[in-house]
Amino acid sequence: MTMMASSGKATVTLPAPNQILITREFDAPKDLVYRAWTEPELVRQWWCGERGEMTLCEIDLRVGGMWRYVMIASSGGFEVAFHGEYKEIVENERIVSTEAYEGLPEGMDPDEEASLNTATLTEVDGRTTLTTLVEHRTQEGRDMHINSGMEGGMNEAMDRLERVAISLA
Amino acid sequence: MARAATTADAFNAVAEPRRRQILDLLADGERPVNDLVRETGLGQPQVSKHLRVLREVGVVDVREEGRQRLYRVNAEALKPIHDWVKDYERLWTERFERLDSVLEDLKDKEQGDDDDGK
Repeated sequence: MTMMASSGKATVTLPAPNQILITREFDAPKDLVYRAWTEPELVRQWWCGERGEMTLCEIDLRVGGMWRYVMIASSGGFEVAFHGEYKEIVENERIVSTEAYEGLPEGMDPDEEASLNTATLTEVDGRTTLTTLVEHRTQEGRDMHINSGMEGGMNEAMDRLERVAISLA
Repeated sequence: MARAATTADAFNAVAEPRRRQILDLLADGERPVNDLVRETGLGQPQVSKHLRVLREVGVVDVREEGRQRLYRVNAEALKPIHDWVKDYERLWTERFERLDSVLEDLKDKEQGDDDDGK
């Protein structure tokens, strides 16, 4: 088990029934965070976390351009794919794009269930806060989005440990 | 009309900052409404409304003692809420820890480029 990283955890809150808000501060200026967020060879290095290998990372960074990320999950070897369209791009400041999960249950249209994601960068004293607001049309869509991040069996021991001290802070 | 509260409903209920504050106060032990009104600085109607939402999704319980109603946290009901979003949060924590390394590399490179330029 690893200790808490110095830069800290991502903070995830659910500000409204159809929304997810992800916040994290980075020890780097915003132009670098922007590059790491938008250049495929850099995205490849972080997007899978500890959960697999990225097999495709396409980014056509212009309004109306598409993106598509594909990874092979290390637990189970299945493919997980997402895609979307860029709606608004302000270099080093903000990216608005859609995000569709291609692994939805049969009969559901990923593009119809896509979320609208707004990533915003703010820099103070050389440190950058990245906030990503994920907005779904419905609460059900939002809940499925959160569940799509679930990897059964992973980190159960840690969960159990955390249950000892439930913190809402 | 009444439907079973889901984990998602409960999460939304506790995502509201004032309700979190109330839960934090109740985490220290059972309390009557008046205590919560005093500590939060909210009006009694607001506190009662928040408590009602928290009770509806099952994360707060109430019992009568004499003329008082005492509220307490139902820790059992909070666990799945906590766990539900926890794995999603962990995914992003993993991603961002890797992003930290990417940023360190970028900073090193920029530093190197600056040196080369001199």
